[in-house]
Amino acid sequence: MNQDPATTAEGIAQAITAFVSKRVGADVPADQDLFESGLVSSLFAMELVVHLEQAFSVQILGDDLKRDNFRSVRAMTALVLRLNGAGHATGA
Amino acid sequence: MAEQTSIVKCLVWDLDNTLWQGTLLEDGDVRLPDSVRELVTELDSRGILQSVASKNDHDQAWKRLEALGVAEYFVLPRIGWGPKSDSVREIADELGFALGTVAFVDDQPAERAEVRFHLPEVRCYDAGRLPELAALPEFSPVTVTVDSRRRRQMYQAGFRRKSAEAEFQGPSDDFLRSLELQMRIGRATEDELSRVEELTLRTSQMNATGVHYSSSDLRALLADPRHEVLVTTLTDRFGPHGAVGLQLLEKHAGVWNLKLLATSCRVVSFGAGSVLLGWLVDQAAHAGVHLVADFRRTERNRMMEIAYRLAGFTDEPCDCRAGLPEPAQEDVQRLHLLPAPCAPPPTMKLHTVSLEGV
Ligand SMILES: [Zn+2]
Repeated sequence: MNQDPATTAEGIAQAITAFVSKRVGADVPADQDLFESGLVSSLFAMELVVHLEQAFSVQILGDDLKRDNFRSVRAMTALVLRLNGAGHATGA
Repeated sequence: MAEQTSIVKCLVWDLDNTLWQGTLLEDGDVRLPDSVRELVTELDSRGILQSVASKNDHDQAWKRLEALGVAEYFVLPRIGWGPKSDSVREIADELGFALGTVAFVDDQPAERAEVRFHLPEVRCYDAGRLPELAALPEFSPVTVTVDSRRRRQMYQAGFRRKSAEAEFQGPSDDFLRSLELQMRIGRATEDELSRVEELTLRTSQMNATGVHYSSSDLRALLADPRHEVLVTTLTDRFGPHGAVGLQLLEKHAGVWNLKLLATSCRVVSFGAGSVLLGWLVDQAAHAGVHLVADFRRTERNRMMEIAYRLAGFTDEPCDCRAGLPEPAQEDVQRLHLLPAPCAPPPTMKLHTVSLEGV
């Protein structure tokens, strides 16, 4: 169960990198600031929220929707891991 | 019978002995009565779309409509030899209209029966009733706005835009830039009030409070120097989108309260909500005030919350909150932002008023 790629940091990072790279048409290093580099617009950020929720079966609510959580592949991976962990902790 | 008096959004016309007098393929020559020409332009000005379902040679019939000077009034014409019920259904599907909002006029009882049999929700009229059509309640919308008068042009621009997007290869921001979007944000005038009201009724999905403002509510606020009622319109190289956004702002010393932000669902894919917020944040930064946005979660406005949060609004406490009167409705959250100057969007050109001073 723990080896499901959707629940490991590496698997999540790879899936997010693939999605973002395809949409912006460029390679995206995990630490690259997507907003500062202009790769991600506000509109695409909204798409990212919806995509992460669907791809990883998480709900991103309230303060978790802040821009910093979507700033880089690494930040998004951490967010998904944290929300996934919270889901498992409640015994889902 | 409520269904029977709801407004018709699209009227589908037969051609031979309905729109024009004569049978094109037999008589060669056909005549468009002045009264029918007037009816077509009248329905168009009321915002009722019109289309064609005719059994005819397509090229010949369309050429004749052009020669008669009325071709531009018809969207998505279906001219061919298939059943008319198929034509009517395709037109409704492509417009995204429920069949109960579509009407069909034909002089042939058999054609009306065929449409009625397969599509019982479609309202069918004998061509003999054309003289009374404009006076019927289902063809008489209560409010006719600037945008309803241009509705057909907006749909036609929409079709051209859609096919351009289908052909476009590459990142969607590049596609947005290729549209040459121009957004205008201005203070609402008396004339625009009906247009604004229509917007608050139609945009439940992107309405940040779920509160509906009637035109008399808004008229009262226009006269109030503390309030800004702002209307946003959008155009691109294909034509107008019409009024797509409404902001209602109450200015206090040190803090501006955004009481309503509504945008049309049609322009969500252009990022119009985020652009509006970005502009407002920039205005507040230059005026040196904090921003507090009212938000009431509904089942359909999640994208609006995401737009607020991504723009930097939070639940954080701030002294400025104390200076605001209680929200008009219960369960309204107030999201707070300390504004910083915000660069204009890369995907569209803005033409705006300044909110400072006043
Ligand atoms: Zn404050």
